[in-house]
Order: sequence, then C-alpha cells, then structure tokens
Amino acid sequence: MDARLAAETVFREESGKIIASLIRVSGSFDRAEDATQEAFAAALTTWPKTGIPTNPAAWLMTAAHRKLIDQVRRDRTVRDKEDAVRYEIEAFAPSSEPDLEDEPMHLPDDRLRLIFTCCHPALNREGQVALTLRTLGGLTTPEIAKAFLLPEPTLAQRLVRAKRKIQEAHIPYEVPPPESLPERLASVQAVIYLIYNEGYVAASGEKLIRTDLCAEAIRLGRVLRELMPKEPENLGLLALMLLHDSRRPARTREGKLVTLEEQDRSLWDQNETTEGLAILDEAWKLRQIGPYQLQAAISALHSTAKTSAETDWAQIVALYSKLLELNPSPIVALNQAVAIAMSSGFEEGLKRIDAIGESGQLNNYYLFHAARADLLRRLQRPDEAAESYRTALKLATNEIERAFLKDRLAAMEDALSRQSHGTPGENP
Amino acid sequence: MRYMFLVYSVERSDIDPVMLQSVAEQHRKVMSEAAQRGVLESAEPLKPTTTATTIRSNDGHPVLLDGPFAETKEQLAGYYILNCKDLDEAIEWAKRIPSGCKGGEGCIEIRPLHEGLAH
Repeated sequence: MDARLAAETVFREESGKIIASLIRVSGSFDRAEDATQEAFAAALTTWPKTGIPTNPAAWLMTAAHRKLIDQVRRDRTVRDKEDAVRYEIEAFAPSSEPDLEDEPMHLPDDRLRLIFTCCHPALNREGQVALTLRTLGGLTTPEIAKAFLLPEPTLAQRLVRAKRKIQEAHIPYEVPPPESLPERLASVQAVIYLIYNEGYVAASGEKLIRTDLCAEAIRLGRVLRELMPKEPENLGLLALMLLHDSRRPARTREGKLVTLEEQDRSLWDQNETTEGLAILDEAWKLRQIGPYQLQAAISALHSTAKTSAETDWAQIVALYSKLLELNPSPIVALNQAVAIAMSSGFEEGLKRIDAIGESGQLNNYYLFHAARADLLRRLQRPDEAAESYRTALKLATNEIERAFLKDRLAAMEDALSRQSHGTPGENP
Repeated sequence: MRYMFLVYSVERSDIDPVMLQSVAEQHRKVMSEAAQRGVLESAEPLKPTTTATTIRSNDGHPVLLDGPFAETKEQLAGYYILNCKDLDEAIEWAKRIPSGCKGGEGCIEIRPLHEGLAH
C-alpha cells in the first residue's frame, strides 16, 4: 500500500485513541491535538522513506507521546512560572517516560473518558458536538464547519470556548461514577444521535442527506458500543442509526424526496439492515428497554416488511405507546397518530393529530402540518390538505423537503381546480 | 455589620494588559488598606462567565446550563464558597442548595474563583 495513504488510514482510525491518551497525560486538549498532528506529519514524511512500520498504530501513538514530551519540555523552560502549566505537569505528567524505541506501549483505552468529557452536560450542545467530532472523530475544524454549513471561525470559536471551559472550570477527565452514569451516558448518546440526524435531515440547505455526518455518527456509535458493549441503549442507538441509514439510497430519487411508502425497497442496503437487526436483537437480550431500542424496533418493522402494505402498523402503534411512556413528547405522539392512521383508518389518525395539535406545542413544527396534510390528502379533502401543505411550506427550511411539499400542494390545487371546473362528463 | 461588595464589570476579551494590571493594582491597594484596618474578610476575582455553569430545576429535576442564566427577576440572595475537587463535585453540592435546584424559583450559578491571583 502507498505509504501516504496508509498513514492517512491509520491516522483516521487511531487519532481518537491517541488524542484521548495524550489528554490524560497532559491535561490539555490543545497540547494533545498539536502533538497528535505533529505525529501524523512525521508519519507522512517518514513512512514513504522507511516503509510502513509493522505496527503503524503503535508507531503513531509512540511518536505522539514523544512530541508531547518535547512540547512540555519546551514550554516548561519558557513558561515555568505560569500556574496552568505547572498544574498540568504536576497533575498529569507520566512518572516515567514511556520507552519510545522498543516495543509498542500498552496503554489503556482513554476514549471513554474523552467521550464523557466532550459530552459533559456543563458544556452546551454545540460545544459538545464540535468537540466530539474534533477529538474522538478526528475531523478537522474546516471539515466540521463544512458539514454543519457554518463559517470556520464560528466552529473554531465553539471549540476554543468548550476547551477553555473544560480547563478553567475543571471539568474532570474521567468516566463518571455509577450513580451519575445513566444521565451522563444519555448525554453522550444524544450527541451522537444529533450528529446523525443533522446528517440525515440537513436542517437547511439543498442536500437532504449529508452522508459524511451520518457515517461519522455511525462510527462514533460503534466506538461507544465497543467501549460499553453491555449498555443496551448503546446497542439500540447503533441499531437505530444503521436501520435508518440502510434506507438512505432509496430516500431520494433524481434529487427528489421519496416517502417510505413509495421507496424502492430493493435499494435498501442489505448489509446495514442485517447488521442493525442483529445488534437490536443483542440489545433486546439484555432486557432493559429504552427509547433508542424502541425506535430501532419501529424502524426494524419497516425494514422487515417486504412491501409497504405488509407493514405491521399495529405493532408499530404498540411500540410508540411504550415509547410514549418513557418519553411523553408531542412529536412521539404525532408519529404514533400517523401509525394509527395506517392501522385503524385515516379518520381516526386525523382525530388523533388534531387532538395533539390542541396544545399548540407543534404549531411551528412543519412535520405536524405535513402529516395532517397527508391524511387530508388521503381522505380526499384537497381544500384542507392544501391549507396544511401551505402552512408546512412556511415552516420547512430544507430545499428538498420544500420541493416535496410544493409538489404535493400543486397536486391538491390541481384537484381543486378540476373540482371547481367540474370533471368532463359530469357537466354536459 | 458585615457587607458584601459585588463587583460588576464588562467582560472583554480585547482588554489592554496595562489597563488590567492597573485595575489589579488598585484592587490590591483597597484590599491591603482594608486588611490593615482589620475589616477585610475576603476578596477574590471570579473567572469569566464563559466558565459558568447554572443549575436550575425542571419539574424537580436539576438541569445544567452552560453559562450564566439568572433571569432578570431573580436577585442575588447569598453565596457559598466550597473547595471542590472538580466541577462534578461542585455540581453535586449545588444540587443540594435550596433554591432553583430544589424545585423553588431561582438557580445556582457556579463560577470558579481565580486561584492565586488575589494574593
């Protein structure tokens, strides 16, 4: 293999582990990132000359530790009087230098500490997401900025702010104790799922799906599963993302949105489906139900239905009921109402949707109006359907979703004008 | 009577270091005079609000917010200074302080002190 390509591949795989280890040793995100980058640069210049090392991952880790020690030494002489540096060195520096020449180091996997620190609830969500992608995901600042359609300085500022808060407020670099683990793990899962969703339904812009973020979220989901394999919700989250993702190839056609009902199921990614179903199975066996597992189970019922008509909607309604018990949110209730419409009739579904709408909480949620419009369309009430599609259009920001709504609205308006002009034959 | 003096100022990242030094010098002067007269209890600078964490109750559950989030109708009512291992320990203590965290109105804002700068 080409040495450059090898360096890039290994770096992509290993940078999270390396950064995590260096943060533990140095107590500083910035130092860890710099040293990791320097090690990568060293690999890029050295490997093409000397050949790819037998254990490239260990080579990179060792080189990064060496760079870190160089850095700390350099800074110690320059900035000896500064409290922050003294604190870091005293608190975190290794008692003895690792053996850099001989066998690869056997270091514990520090990525678990890293992910909990990045997703610490004292950091805002934006900071958590940026920091997780930057450190654990190994994405560069420009890459993250591009993925979120944000100017680079904005993203850089978020990273600086989050890292500074970790340092200045002494957010600990450790796996939380058992009593706070469930809450803290939920925060980690939420960050990963948010990254996935940001990729799956790009909140604005012209692309519906940003594959890079979806792939990154799945990768992070795999890491979390690898680190804590006995946590059923970690499995549930990964299964959910895989099952959603399996339908990605069918979700758009020629730049247009295709609804689940109308998707060409032969385009669904069979490997992802199979893996998702297997992981969900593994999660169920741990017998501790949770929201991600339930959502994955709902998604699985779509995956296993050969045709849209064969979907087990009754079972989906039941799973939504369970989900509502754990997570009583109007959005979950809306999804359930749609499933009820499919299993017990559109009239019944519409009644449910209108009941949910009474609270007003979903007034600005475009999918509420789109779902309502869809049921009215199926009930052949084009006048009211058009009205709801118009409301949905005012709220939707993604261009592809807007195009879909516009098409549906046009169809309703067509139907209306046919009605008002009378259909041929009806009016002699 | 003991009085608490709350220092309010505008946080700026582009502050002139000379100016900063002069302000610190003036603080030291006030502190040392107050100490000489035997009235100084304590005086310490806080780290900026970017290091703040606010804890507030949401349906009886403590919720963490990144930053200072006291509402304008909420007034400063008291303070604790606790020496904690890290922010997690500080958060655990904050959850026990009766105020917003215990379901009433209000909140607790945790701000780290600038260790070692005052003396």
